[in-house]
Amino acid sequence: MPTKTVEQKERVVVRFAGDSGDGMQLTGDRFTNATAVLGNDLATLPDFPAEIRAPAGTLAGVSAFQIHFASQDIVTPGDAPNVLIAMNPAALQTNLRDLEPNGTLIVNEDAFVDRNLEKAGYSTNPLDDGSLGGYRVYRVPMTSITVRATEGMGLTKKEAERSKNMFALGLLSWMYSRPTDVTTKWVEKKFNRKPDILRANLAAFRAGYNFGETTELFAHTYEVKPAPALPGTYRNIAGSTALAWGLVAASVRSGLPIFYSSYPITPASELLHELSRHKNFAVRTLQAEDEIAAIGAALGASFAGQLGVTGTSGPGLDLKQETISLAVALELPLIVVDVQRAGPSTGMPTKTEAADLLAALYGRHGESPLPVVAASTPANCFDTALEAARIAVKYRTPVILLSDTFLGNSSEPWRLPDVDGLPEIDPHFATQVNHDDGFMPYLRDENLARPWAVPGTPGLRHRIGGLEKEDVTGNISYEAENHERMTKLRAAKVAKIADDIPLLEVDDETGDAELLVLGWGSTFGAIRGSVRRTRRSGRKVAHAHLTHLNPWPRNIEGVLRRYRRVLIPEMNTGQLAMLVRARFLLDAESYTKVQGQPILAADMDEQITRRLTS
Amino acid sequence: MTTVGNGGRHGPDGGGGPGSGAALTLTKKDFASDQEVRWCPGCGDYAILSTFQAFVPELGIPPEQMVFVTGIGCSGRFVYYMDTYGVHGIHGRAPAIATGVATARPDLSVWVVTGDGDALSIGGNHLIHALRRNVNVKILMFNNQIYGLTKGQYSPTSEEGKVTKSTPFGSLDHPFNPVALALGAEASFVARTVDVDRQHLTGVLRRAAAHEGVAFVEIYQNCNVFNDDAFLALTGKETKGLNQIRLEDGKPVTFGPDGARCVAVEFDGTLRIADTADTPEELVYVHDSGHPNPAPAFALANLSSGPTEPTALGVFRDVRRPVYGELMDRQIALATEKLGRGDLGKLLHSGDTWVVEDGGVPVGSFQS
Ligand code: SF4
Repeated sequence: MPTKTVEQKERVVVRFAGDSGDGMQLTGDRFTNATAVLGNDLATLPDFPAEIRAPAGTLAGVSAFQIHFASQDIVTPGDAPNVLIAMNPAALQTNLRDLEPNGTLIVNEDAFVDRNLEKAGYSTNPLDDGSLGGYRVYRVPMTSITVRATEGMGLTKKEAERSKNMFALGLLSWMYSRPTDVTTKWVEKKFNRKPDILRANLAAFRAGYNFGETTELFAHTYEVKPAPALPGTYRNIAGSTALAWGLVAASVRSGLPIFYSSYPITPASELLHELSRHKNFAVRTLQAEDEIAAIGAALGASFAGQLGVTGTSGPGLDLKQETISLAVALELPLIVVDVQRAGPSTGMPTKTEAADLLAALYGRHGESPLPVVAASTPANCFDTALEAARIAVKYRTPVILLSDTFLGNSSEPWRLPDVDGLPEIDPHFATQVNHDDGFMPYLRDENLARPWAVPGTPGLRHRIGGLEKEDVTGNISYEAENHERMTKLRAAKVAKIADDIPLLEVDDETGDAELLVLGWGSTFGAIRGSVRRTRRSGRKVAHAHLTHLNPWPRNIEGVLRRYRRVLIPEMNTGQLAMLVRARFLLDAESYTKVQGQPILAADMDEQITRRLTS
Repeated sequence: MTTVGNGGRHGPDGGGGPGSGAALTLTKKDFASDQEVRWCPGCGDYAILSTFQAFVPELGIPPEQMVFVTGIGCSGRFVYYMDTYGVHGIHGRAPAIATGVATARPDLSVWVVTGDGDALSIGGNHLIHALRRNVNVKILMFNNQIYGLTKGQYSPTSEEGKVTKSTPFGSLDHPFNPVALALGAEASFVARTVDVDRQHLTGVLRRAAAHEGVAFVEIYQNCNVFNDDAFLALTGKETKGLNQIRLEDGKPVTFGPDGARCVAVEFDGTLRIADTADTPEELVYVHDSGHPNPAPAFALANLSSGPTEPTALGVFRDVRRPVYGELMDRQIALATEKLGRGDLGKLLHSGDTWVVEDGGVPVGSFQS
């Protein structure tokens, strides 16, 4: 057996790419779990094919999964992969351009046959024509070895071939010294009712591992040491799961059952799928007939005393605005989750963007203010969902929670919070008549919130609606001054929430930064990663990140004015930048990217270094 | 730590669904709000409101257990006149909002009041889906065959050729037959009645209230300002006897003076209007609103092409189907039985987790 040397690495970015039938998401997922258990810090990002039924072997059918893991704290799924696993020519064609120069390329040699090459648009075989000279190429006949390894197990050739992703997983597990027991245990559990498939998967996995160990093709294995981390229990979590669990947590901490009503739409459907699994938390899920009905039912449930939540993406937000505006008038708790995707119209449903900020803030007719919060990392989706619920319930208002495709799909390790330490939310239902003349549904408390009196409560019967209401009584009123008063009251209620949210924190190590990068949403990781990196090379740069987009933290203006330059990176054409400039007459600079792809740390490196000389 | 209950049901002890409050002595006054009723003088809505308020006490449901949800249009004002809980929603969306109320709280008595434009144009989708789901909501659709609140445009139930402000040369649209539409959407209860016939209206409301699940009630309602006398054939002193086909369960359907006319069964299974004298007794249709097949009800709905000719009134269909909110409650109960009552700590720790022991070098947390 050849001896292999072990090389230490600080961080590695690996991308698995193959046909959507090749099981790349699963492979990535299993590799992630083994990596997490090993104690590396990590971040992942799947890249799903745009078309569900794209023919096998075509460019449109390529599915990829990227993982960034390290022996130190990291914040993004990584920019350029160091290692690319290409299961077929189409995967190579679509992903090679991202691979770092001189990067490692592992291909399933068996898939590079004429038919597949043609489908991927290659006129010659790139494995033979010298075009891959700039990379370290490893040709591995994955399919044929897998078939051989599973011989005699009673599988058809096709079934046997399907296990080749486990071969790739085994090979990578060997290469990066991942523990194997996590994967074998998972396979045993997953296929315990299909013994043939179980044995084949384990055989393929072992074959991949042993191939790495025995063949002379690979000279080294790599080791990435565990990253230092706070003591505690961790799990890996994707943004969409964290968001759904945050809603469940809000239910547990408020005693209000969740009523989640939505219409199937990519990528927000993930929330419906996840929440519908948790009926034992008294979560009611309703797949409505359309986006409008979805939010209508959620609002009805809120009126009835539950926590109405609806989720959507893209055009769904447009359709919901009418009912959001009713919720503004009714002043009832309601959460609208918008998992943003590239627009306009159907746009690019599986691609990320964060261009709904202005629609969330101002997308309704009339003066229709509401609180808006945005999640910044996958795990932070949990906290942001809780925060949205807290604001909605305390202030009797619809709240828009902005996430995006990138955030929803990507994952990171999450140190699990102590459940009893999570904020409690008091629904504070009205039970008593609040005025000498009877129950007044629009008599406000010290937060300007109105009473939430739910049907069934004796003595508090009342009617509310979308017509303008008289202050205090809630009766219909077209009176001129009353309308102005109500308009201002609704705005003041939302503005006052600024007293009840954390101040904007700045990450400014030395306190003498010249440039402040102000971000919101899923750009957090890229900004934080780049700010740290560019600081190490002498750039004086600080980072602040907004969770609350309306109202803003009280100290935002002071923070912004402290810096000579302010840079606002966004996955839109400069929406927050426009607001900041308009509100403070401040010369904030905008960096924008609308390519359906997240802003990368490398993009930020360039933006920061261009503005600051070291 | 707070726990999750099964709804905001902290109101009166147990609340009490239909019937359970029979000991209560409720009167019309308990259901009338203090708001001034503001429809045009002579509008059919007054008659419906008054009949409803006179009828509702007999249900024995405490007013705080009732929720009215309305849409936009003249009918939408109904909610303000009932001293119950109520939401005046937005155009067409009342069935969607009511679906949320009724599904979250199966203990409540939920009513939707809507109009032909509200329910059949802008809100058509919500209507048919509330009907097919069998949500426990009673939907009263005031059909005046016109847009009243917006001052007189033709509606989805206006007859072809209707001349209105928006159709000076006559409308080209073929009208909906609301009863047929509701039957097509598999509503478990479908009825039709008229605003001015207090007794018939009360009888239909009584059966709708008693029905478990969704009830769709079309109420012909005169808009004396923009579409006066649209239903004269069915309400006029001289004409109503000729044109009202009253449906009564178990009885052969005859109408007109001395029952001279009848609904006859054709050999292809359809129904037609015939002279009773010429029709063998066994071919006179005997009404059965509980018929498991909606075909007879559908045939009854299609006896006339509009309310200007002999038209069936009464309960077309009244069958039992599982009720949506109850189904959802049951699913929650079953899931809880199977998985155990939700435990957040357990959920967070489910699947693969790993532990970093004390002594791991602390690093800054990114969550602010
Ligand atoms: S416009 Fe017609 S329907 Fe509306 S209130 Fe007046 S009469 Fe009644």
